[in-house]
Amino acid sequence: MMSNIMRESHIMKIHYLTALVAVGFVIIHIMIRFTHGSFANSLEFESVIANYESIPYAIVLEAMLILISVHGFNGLRIILLELKQGNAYENAVTYGCLAAMIALIAYGSRTIIMATMGMVEA
Amino acid sequence: MTKGGALPKGFERPSSSPSQEKYEKVKPSSKTTTLRISKFNPESDSTSTFSEFKVHYQRWTTVLDAILEVKSNYDHSIGVRYSCRQATCGSCGMIINGKPKLACFTKISELDSDSVTVEPMNNFPIIRDLAVGFERLIETHKRIKPYIIRDDSEVTSETKEFLQSPEDVEKYIQFAGCIKCGLCNSACPTMATDSSFVGPQALAQAYRYVADNRDKGKDERLKIIDEPHGIWRCHFAGSCSQVCPKGVDPAMGIQLLRGYLLGYRK
Repeated sequence: MMSNIMRESHIMKIHYLTALVAVGFVIIHIMIRFTHGSFANSLEFESVIANYESIPYAIVLEAMLILISVHGFNGLRIILLELKQGNAYENAVTYGCLAAMIALIAYGSRTIIMATMGMVEA
Repeated sequence: MTKGGALPKGFERPSSSPSQEKYEKVKPSSKTTTLRISKFNPESDSTSTFSEFKVHYQRWTTVLDAILEVKSNYDHSIGVRYSCRQATCGSCGMIINGKPKLACFTKISELDSDSVTVEPMNNFPIIRDLAVGFERLIETHKRIKPYIIRDDSEVTSETKEFLQSPEDVEKYIQFAGCIKCGLCNSACPTMATDSSFVGPQALAQAYRYVADNRDKGKDERLKIIDEPHGIWRCHFAGSCSQVCPKGVDPAMGIQLLRGYLLGYRK
């Protein structure tokens, strides 16, 4: 069990902290969207790729990806643990959520890094 | 069924019954309600059914009085647990008109309803009808070590009495009022889905001892509740505190207990 590695209070401290810091980064993200370029065109492919050319902004996006993934998958783990109990099920949920979180962060980071390095053409 | 409850001092039932009118005079405030009692025997029934009885009640008649009236005169098979009849023993917890309450502490006249429906408490296994099993509550209560933990004792001659100031007592005294009736566990939404959850009763008692300055077992207790089905699964619905008949506030105790685990309380 995850509880053998980390105490639940440590996991929950990370849970609360990631939520608070993520809110801060989301505010920064929204403010950048309002102040840089056209808000209406912000979801166009060229605009999205152009975002990653700014390293500080790419760092903000990477931080949001990590914080929201950690918080979200731990939340999912908690919901699933409350739905059903049992050692095998709880181990599957805990390690499944951990693996999904790592996979999502890895895939998202790969995208951010590729776009930042200019490997994705507009 | 038309029998009334016990009469107060100064009122007497007529020994003979010359007229119904005279009988009505000694029951000035008597009203009638329908008592619906949930019946379920896990050994023979697949679902619960309701038995209905017409009962007379006075201003002071409790739900337990009415159930016992029915049990004495109309259906001896009703399974109900009770003892003190004064909200002290915590035996007669049940769902009354949809809310967890003590039957001995709930007057029919205060329910403001044409009928009274009584069911066994939620989140407890049914033994029979209104009687439920308390094994889980007792097990979780024992697990949090509900006693003062320290190496020395105030009963030995070498040590002095463990004195506490009124401020020290104030920190935990409301939580010492718990009668283990199980109403908080019955009202808890997490208890309904998480069969391993410690529950508000045990968590409130954990706080009661952690907050007691005579106790030295804080770290031991915090470790017990700091697990995947422990204190963190409380979502602060607050229903435990709403239903407590003794004014204990388990939801607050749980939040205060979290303070120790998050490090902002020492």
